[in-house]
Amino acid sequence: MKNDFAFKIGTVNGTGSASANGLIMQAIFRMGIPVSGKNVFPSNIQGLPTWYEIRVNGDGYTARAPRFDLVVALNPTTYQRDVAEVRHGGFLLYDSSWPLDPALARDDVSLLGIPFGRMCGEAFEGDRERQLMRNIAYAGALVALLNIDMSVVEGMIREQFGRKPALIDSNFKALRLGYDFATASFACPLPFHLERMDATADYIIIDGNTAAALGCLYAGATVGAWYPITPATSLMEAFKSLCERYRVDRETGQKRFCILQAEDELAAAGMVVGAGWTGARAFTPTAGPGISLMQEFIGLAYYTEIPAVFFDVQRVGPSTGMPTRTQQGDLMSLAYASHGDTKHIVLFPANPEECFSFAVRAFDLAERFQTPVFVASDLDIGMNDWMCRRLTWDDGYRPDRGKVLGAEDLERIGRFSRYLGDNGDAVAARTLPGIDPRGAYFTRGSGHDVHAGYTEDAAAYSQVLARLARKLEQAAAAVPPPVIDQRDGAASAGIITIGSCDAAVREAVDRLRSEGVALDYMRIRGFPFGAEVARFLNDHERLFVVEQNRDAQLRALLAIETGTPRDAMTPILDYGGVPLSAEPIAEAVKSGHELRPANYELTSKGVSSQFTAGRSQPGVPR
Amino acid sequence: MTSIPKPSVRHPGLPRNALGLTTRDYEGGMSTLCAGCGHDSITAAIIQAVWELDLPPHRAAKLSGIGCSSKTTAYFMRQSHGFNAVHGRMPAVASGVHAANRELVCIGVSGDGDSLSIGLGQLCHAIRRNINLLYVLENNGVYGLTKGQFSASADVGSKSKRGEPNVQPPIDPVLLAITLGATFVARGFSGDKKQLVPILKAGLAHRGFALVDVISPCVTFNDHEASTKSYRFTRGHRHELAPVDFIPLTHEIAAATVPGDPVSVTMHDGSVVRFRSVGEDYDPTDRDAAYAHIRRLQAQGEVVTGLLYIDERAPDMHGVNGTIEEPLTRVPYASLCPGNAALQKLQEEYR
Ligand SMILES: Cc1ncc(C[n+]2csc(CCOP(=O)(O)OP(=O)(O)O)c2C)c(N)n1
Ligand code: SF4
Ligand SMILES: [Mg+2]
Repeated sequence: MKNDFAFKIGTVNGTGSASANGLIMQAIFRMGIPVSGKNVFPSNIQGLPTWYEIRVNGDGYTARAPRFDLVVALNPTTYQRDVAEVRHGGFLLYDSSWPLDPALARDDVSLLGIPFGRMCGEAFEGDRERQLMRNIAYAGALVALLNIDMSVVEGMIREQFGRKPALIDSNFKALRLGYDFATASFACPLPFHLERMDATADYIIIDGNTAAALGCLYAGATVGAWYPITPATSLMEAFKSLCERYRVDRETGQKRFCILQAEDELAAAGMVVGAGWTGARAFTPTAGPGISLMQEFIGLAYYTEIPAVFFDVQRVGPSTGMPTRTQQGDLMSLAYASHGDTKHIVLFPANPEECFSFAVRAFDLAERFQTPVFVASDLDIGMNDWMCRRLTWDDGYRPDRGKVLGAEDLERIGRFSRYLGDNGDAVAARTLPGIDPRGAYFTRGSGHDVHAGYTEDAAAYSQVLARLARKLEQAAAAVPPPVIDQRDGAASAGIITIGSCDAAVREAVDRLRSEGVALDYMRIRGFPFGAEVARFLNDHERLFVVEQNRDAQLRALLAIETGTPRDAMTPILDYGGVPLSAEPIAEAVKSGHELRPANYELTSKGVSSQFTAGRSQPGVPR
Repeated sequence: MTSIPKPSVRHPGLPRNALGLTTRDYEGGMSTLCAGCGHDSITAAIIQAVWELDLPPHRAAKLSGIGCSSKTTAYFMRQSHGFNAVHGRMPAVASGVHAANRELVCIGVSGDGDSLSIGLGQLCHAIRRNINLLYVLENNGVYGLTKGQFSASADVGSKSKRGEPNVQPPIDPVLLAITLGATFVARGFSGDKKQLVPILKAGLAHRGFALVDVISPCVTFNDHEASTKSYRFTRGHRHELAPVDFIPLTHEIAAATVPGDPVSVTMHDGSVVRFRSVGEDYDPTDRDAAYAHIRRLQAQGEVVTGLLYIDERAPDMHGVNGTIEEPLTRVPYASLCPGNAALQKLQEEYR
């Protein structure tokens, strides 16, 4: 079991454990071993349970681990739950400064007690330092138990506290406390442990929000407007710090960017629309509740044809829901956001690498099609640390500013009509304020004709709206195409997914294929759906759709947009808020049944027959 | 129809400004407001002000919310970009416009419903942000476009056309703005163009948020006997507290030499606002004194008008942000993108 195991650390939030957990994950990465970390944290600042899950996998699978070989239980209030999550034959490491309730012991789990609290209480001064060093002490124990390279960990501590030797000393001391106790008391390393590899050289560790912020920076976005909301906050914070690094004039201190912290999301959307109308690349990061508040502006931008980029880092549920948990619950509301006839371009990244490239693409599409563009990320992608391929940038890239007329163009064409669309073009050229009086036009959300004049005339209004529909049809060919993994000659069954489900679904597909189940794979990356999507749906008799929401929103969109009957697509759903694992997906495909969380059927049975009516027939696809 | 193109008729006799333009060149589409609506007079004052300032039309951006008042951005400056946005949200759009291109002269038009009910939050925050915007609040005490409901500026006791009295206390945009730290606060009356034009000009020259509340009677729904926003009531209760002259930069020297100026304030571009007369205990550059004085007169039932408060020293939004002088829309892409070498270097930190 070298380089293939998972462990989980349960602590109390606000105690500084996050940096120790990050240290451990990064050390494994630096040992050249593929690793992923998932932070399962509460909506709270201090004092509630929090977990960090680390999966090590030499083959590079990064989906959430289904069970844990080792649980590090440092929060007595969650002992019961933590003990229960250790796999049969696994280990529990706990703080033995206080006796463990014998009722919690499990015959099939080895208990490893280390008195972290007591040791740190004796070795360090002051409550805060004792608390912080207890984290480093458990990191030290893990170094011994998992065979983490101590010199790598020490090197990282030196990098971190380079100019504060006193801190380096206390961290080293705490590391040793845990390490020495573990080596003296247990058979180290444990049966599952690490062994150096060389599989991470071309990779970095990054979260999706930082990657998206980098995308905004590289795309040349100059105006960012926002209102803080988890899990989108770190996107703007990252953009700000990147701008402060790369966009401040060395001599004058002047900034080549303007970040507006708005009074609410509604205002943030208005700012982005105003800046986009003026000709700046502008964006706003938010989550579901913010998207709700932005509805009217989204419709205005669609109808008045103003480029604007929105990042929706999705979280769980309506209202506050579970703000620190992940979901893909906004798919429907993004696709048709706002009132009246609207439809939008939506991009669905699956990892930080795509957050970076899709951010750039979003600005290009927004300006080319003069319309709002959404990047639908989620908390798992946005806030967790992902191992992803090193980002590269093509220095030959030039922003696609779309059709914008300057003074010379206006001179040449004589009369400018904002919404005409020459020669039947779906996209009509626009002008920017401040350039030329001949380009002036009046932007209005009220009915307008091709000359931007007010109208209540049915034909004139319909003409503009029909062109908007054609624009969105054309966008289907311009959004990132789906990723399709299809063996020679289509299998009769296909599995479709979206966004961050990717890692788990791919792992499930690999596993199923190794068991002889023929299955093709498609991951949707853009809306409106392109021709490849419809073709994949057509080419497969049996379809599974994996997504993280209750009502199978992706399936609904596929049915609406392609005409594929809903019942031809078996939903595999998860909406509890934690990232997906491969196992339940593989099981569901094998059984041929739809999958919903266990308690779903209990509540729906007898309440409504609609839930059972669409039930697909069992049968293993071959 | 909300805007009908006006036939362009040549008027060789009309005076021309420094750009060779007549006031006609600053007009817009034909107004579709009710005949006699105060808003149309404000439109005329705006046209006069920008013409006198020699403002190149394409350098302006007209922004508005929704309402009869907000429609008027279609009735002036047809050679300028205009944006009739959504109800109550013009300040956000203006913030974005100003963020993107700080050289644009932003002219915002709103109503009392647009500004003081649905858009109250946005108005307050635009004031706090001190965006460079002339904000004309065309105040008639009612929602004109939705047919005469009381707005948040209606006075207690003022009666609707059907005779119902308003009972909720009003929000006074002038006092609100002073409280929030607005850097330019004025009140005018649509029936007094002579007073309004120099105020609008000073508001345009002001670097920062310039609130100009203009009492603008709605002849259809709020101009009757028992209304406190009627022409008659306003004329009868108007107290011109601080009438001003605006002397643009080009006339600066002459202005500075006028003897016996009670108060004059030099604007950031060198133009001068000269107060013709102010009361003994009134100082339009002292926030607390201005507030107290206006309150006192108001308590006596007077509608105080004039340029009531001005602060030319406070930095605007870009000043606070430290944004580059050049509009962000003109910054070349090459100086926005750090390039691949920098990206590779940065990623060493992500390992
Ligand atoms: C979101 C929204 N709600 C309601 C309306 C309807 N509406 C249009 S104008 C208006 C009131 C305008 O009042 P005011 O700003 O005072 O303008 P006036 O017509 O009096 O000049 C309302 C409520 C709307 N357009 N949008
Ligand atoms: S309803 Fe009132 S505010 Fe609207 S145009 Fe008529 S007079 Fe003016
Ligand atoms: Mg009104």
